[in-house]
Amino acid sequence: MSFQVKKGEVFGFLGANGAGKSTTIRMLCGLLSPTSGTALVGGADVGRDPERVKRVIGYMSQKFSLYEALTVDQNITFFGGVYGLSGERFAARRAFVLDMAGLRGREDTVTKALSGGWRQRLALGCAVLHEPPIVFLDEPTGGVDPVSRRQFWDLIGSLAASGITVLVTTHYLDEAEHCHRIAIIHRGRMVALGSTGALKQTFAERPILEVQTTRPVDAMSALDALPDVEKTSIFGTTVHAVLRSAGVEASRIQAALEAQGLVVQRVSVVKPSLEDVFLDVVERVEAGATGGQAA
Amino acid sequence: MIVAARAMVRKELHQISRDRRTLLILVFVPALFLLLYGYALNFDIKNIDLAVEDQDGSTASRELIAAFTNSGYFTYAGGVHGQRELDWLIDTNAARAALVIPAGYGRDLARRIPVRVQVVVNGDNANTASAVVGYAGAIVAEAGAELLAATPGPGGTPGAPRALVGFEPRVWYNPQLRSALFLVPGLIAYITMITAVISTSLAVVREKERGTMEQIRMAPVSPVAFVIGKTIPYSAIAFVSAVLIVLVSMALFGLPQRGPWWLLLVLIGLFLVGAQGQGLLISTVAQNQQVAFQLALLSSFLPTFILSGFIFPITSMPAAVQAITHVVPARYFVAALRAVVLKGTGVDVVWPQMAALVAFAAVMLGLASLRLGREWR
Repeated sequence: MSFQVKKGEVFGFLGANGAGKSTTIRMLCGLLSPTSGTALVGGADVGRDPERVKRVIGYMSQKFSLYEALTVDQNITFFGGVYGLSGERFAARRAFVLDMAGLRGREDTVTKALSGGWRQRLALGCAVLHEPPIVFLDEPTGGVDPVSRRQFWDLIGSLAASGITVLVTTHYLDEAEHCHRIAIIHRGRMVALGSTGALKQTFAERPILEVQTTRPVDAMSALDALPDVEKTSIFGTTVHAVLRSAGVEASRIQAALEAQGLVVQRVSVVKPSLEDVFLDVVERVEAGATGGQAA
Repeated sequence: MIVAARAMVRKELHQISRDRRTLLILVFVPALFLLLYGYALNFDIKNIDLAVEDQDGSTASRELIAAFTNSGYFTYAGGVHGQRELDWLIDTNAARAALVIPAGYGRDLARRIPVRVQVVVNGDNANTASAVVGYAGAIVAEAGAELLAATPGPGGTPGAPRALVGFEPRVWYNPQLRSALFLVPGLIAYITMITAVISTSLAVVREKERGTMEQIRMAPVSPVAFVIGKTIPYSAIAFVSAVLIVLVSMALFGLPQRGPWWLLLVLIGLFLVGAQGQGLLISTVAQNQQVAFQLALLSSFLPTFILSGFIFPITSMPAAVQAITHVVPARYFVAALRAVVLKGTGVDVVWPQMAALVAFAAVMLGLASLRLGREWR
């Protein structure tokens, strides 16, 4: 894979579990040494000078990585000490983290007693304590409630706005929508790269129909039999059908389904979601792989 | 690096102070161990129940029996008549030893005819048996010599002693041959070794298990700073605990301190840092706390117990085993401890042991840092 990330960009790695997102991030952080290839992070070569990389990045992993037995303040003090912060600079950064995480007045609370969302924000705060220009977040919102996830992404947005580059892995597709650009990782390879808008362009000539029916599974096989339909997938309680060209009328599809005795409540063209993009990309890669072609 | 190490030390102290229970265990359980081992491990032999078959019934035979019971080693368990009664007492453990004085004992002694008394010892415990044989032999020899001195020979000058060569043993440093004085220095080594190795080995593996290790690896903390940060707080605790053990040994087991105090403290410190190094090395190999605990226990408990000279003298081991004892730090610590505490020697005598302890600590901490560095890369 090959890519560049701009300053102040939120760059997402999207992929299934085990696709290689974390491995990529860990290599970029200098935690794993690459078997081949080079990467420059903040101008430092990851393979040759991982120590310099460590100074310019902040890192937060999917596992909650603070000391649970320590208080909020003791955690901040520890990471401040590790990164060599002291005096006024440390006081200012400590205040920044407490405000950012919303932990004012809870400095002496044992970290273990905090809710998941708070812990996550404190962990992020500790990761940016030393004001790194680049932050790596490895599935930062795992196991956190939706409200906290929302708040967390707002934080990421404000970090990026202040000029910090954020590289984040996730397997939540809704979260990936927050990223400026996304790399889709599949089986250790980058199979797509671009902004969410650009990625959705793949459906510009292949509209997606959403079919609401009482028997989605039967509807799927009926749709697959139609020559205008490229492929289908279950989407919640509905079926998404990708059409081969933009000229196909929704009403014609509905008529074809009803002719087979299916009760169809609604057929409409929908905007492609990132999930459609993801499934489409992965399917095409799989088809390419079985067809013996290079993906 | 110093800044990062200082942050590590402070963090570690915060963590330890949060975990009061572990702290109390680390400080006081070793002293409790000492009490258990100190009272249970006792090779002194006293109050051996002695059955007596006095076939003579003379003044001389009664004097011999009195010599036995007044020695402090034997208590009179009863008189017996005949082999069967004697067998019964020994078999039922009512007596561990028996003294058989033949008829004519007194008469023969008066005539200067050599007599033999029989001492039967239950040999099911070889240690006890050999000690009993030794005590009995000494008492009989002494009683015989006194008799010779007190009674005039036939036609000879009255009171002239026949036994001209006396045997007068002097045992230095531990005149009562109390096994406690011999065992306690070894116990101190044994207990501090086990607790120091286990506590540090768990301290690092815990960070691996909880995922905090990864966060530290991401920070600019060098393996050396990490090792220093882990060693200092745990050494301090282990040191307090070790000094406590020494004080308890002095109060309860009468352990003397004949050498300089500072030397004793330095020895303990050197030994502990090496033990911490061993614990850290284990924790770089082990992936979880169970494995670390078992490795720590095995690698500290067995060598310290068997190969340190704590109980079994190193000089009586086969050459190959003796060679292995050279890499057991407790071997040097026990030897130095006995020298300083019991003999009151100074650095001029124990410096080779101190050098060995320093070398062990350096090798262990060095290996731990190297392993950690490799793992972090």
